[in-house]
Amino acid sequence: MIRYILKRILSTIPVLLIIATITFFIIRIVPGGPFDSEKALPPEILETINKKYHFDEPLYMQYLRYIKDLAHLDLGPSFKYANRSVNEIIMQSFPVSFELGFWALLFASIFGIIAGILSSLRHNSRVDYFFMGLATLGISLPSFVLGPLLVLIFALHFNILPVAGWSSIPHMIMPVITLGAMYTAYIARLTRGGMLEIVNQDFIRTARAKGLKERTIVLRHTLKGGLLPVVTFLGPAFAGIVTGSLVVETIFNVPGLGRYFIQSALNRDYTMVMGTVLFYAVILIFMNLVVDIVYTLLDPRVKYE
Amino acid sequence: MSSIAKNYETIRIEKGTSLLRDALYRLKKNKLALFGLSILAIIATASLLTPIIAPYSYEEQDLIYGPQSPNKEHIMGTDDLGRDLFTRILYGGRISLMVGVLATIVSLIIGVLYGSIAGFLGGRTDNIMMRIVDIIYSLPFMFFVIILMVIAGRNIYNLFIALGAVQWLTMSRIIRGQVLSLKEKEFVLAAKSMGVSKGSIILRHLIPNAMGPMIIYSTLTIPTVILEESFLSFLGLGVQPPMSSWGLLITDGAQVMEIYPWMVIFPASILALTLLSLNFVGDGLRDALDPKAKKD
Repeated sequence: MIRYILKRILSTIPVLLIIATITFFIIRIVPGGPFDSEKALPPEILETINKKYHFDEPLYMQYLRYIKDLAHLDLGPSFKYANRSVNEIIMQSFPVSFELGFWALLFASIFGIIAGILSSLRHNSRVDYFFMGLATLGISLPSFVLGPLLVLIFALHFNILPVAGWSSIPHMIMPVITLGAMYTAYIARLTRGGMLEIVNQDFIRTARAKGLKERTIVLRHTLKGGLLPVVTFLGPAFAGIVTGSLVVETIFNVPGLGRYFIQSALNRDYTMVMGTVLFYAVILIFMNLVVDIVYTLLDPRVKYE
Repeated sequence: MSSIAKNYETIRIEKGTSLLRDALYRLKKNKLALFGLSILAIIATASLLTPIIAPYSYEEQDLIYGPQSPNKEHIMGTDDLGRDLFTRILYGGRISLMVGVLATIVSLIIGVLYGSIAGFLGGRTDNIMMRIVDIIYSLPFMFFVIILMVIAGRNIYNLFIALGAVQWLTMSRIIRGQVLSLKEKEFVLAAKSMGVSKGSIILRHLIPNAMGPMIIYSTLTIPTVILEESFLSFLGLGVQPPMSSWGLLITDGAQVMEIYPWMVIFPASILALTLLSLNFVGDGLRDALDPKAKKD
């Protein structure tokens, strides 16, 4: 197991190198840069800027320099936010995004799993139809519709939650629900499907024959197998939460990394864009590894060499 | 489940049935899928006939009264520039649906070629090719779409190429699985023994036989792409004004929804209705073509 984990961690290094290379060249090949402006800069200033950021060197030298810095975990200076390094900006804004994503996923897991279990226990009943209808709606309702809708109802009409910002718990409620809604729906559907599949298996019949309480059967036996599809889904869900936070942070004016990424993409802040992409790639690869490990714990049939 | 089995028996006894007829029969039984199909038919017709049925021209302004709530002249009201919202939703739908369909086609071409080559060649090549897919799968690919849109310019062609270029992963996995099982069949062996080239076997024999899953998955890709287009438009990276899409209309509407709620309600409901219908049809097709997959 430890060998497997080490192997996985080592194999991310070439992957990250490839991502860094591809993004570096895609971005640099196209004309236009962060220092293009309506008014032409005086040539002296332009020269100083080019020297400072090494734009006067040939492209491959810039590339090698970037990779060398990367090996030291240095993502370079931001082009747009003067005097701040990409590392600093990420360290400052990522905790906010992490908080948002964490609560959204927790919200989605708790409510999704509960709704899924209830639906599967009352298969084809009104409860089932109600939750699954809600889930279909949740999948079809994009976050940029749900977000404004929640603002309209809870902030502007009933006036019980703040419109935007990120300074207290009430501020967090609407962003977390907006980001988590779609995943709640997916998790509910997956839980229900997984549970229904397990219910008819032999070992559940055995458990019933032993005279176990229905509660014990559901919680100890069915749920463990029924949750496997949900665990598999967590990998893509992390990626989706990260992407979704771009929109949710924009809607609710949350000072997280997602909003910085959009800003820097629009500003052509190269180092910031590349830094964010690489940073999120590392996070997601790590999360996928965690998911795979959790999977082995839940399903003893799966073994990694 | 039992009712389906019973129905299946009756038709088999009555007239004997092909897979296609059987699938159509099952699809007809699925009310949600039929509902989705009819909604889609209406929306598709409306988009095709937009220049004829649109009550106003695209940029015609009726500024005397400012933004109007829904009334007799403007059934869905007008926007903040006095343009008829119904007309704009029709034109926006053309763009949204076009992006959805074209990006799906791009993803279909890449995914089918990639998946069938990996599946057909097998062994080491297959291993490496699918490992690459696994790796890309775990990356935040929306970020790459955003980078592509920023550097390649925000026009609609780049939009559907960028979206299609990140949507092919699942398609390639599905096709690979199909090809892996198909390539062991006798007709492929027959083609091989007659000296048909590898390329022809893939294009003429394997891909046509994997058509079912391709259609199903495409139906499910279109709503994803439409959603992603509106996602990008919301961030200001998708369709650019004066062109419009549902995503853009919702974005505009969301900014003024306290005062002019109809400006977000109509485009959002139509988008949600379309996505819902596409999902119903996709699920229905899957159940119809592959009854074993119907578990819940």
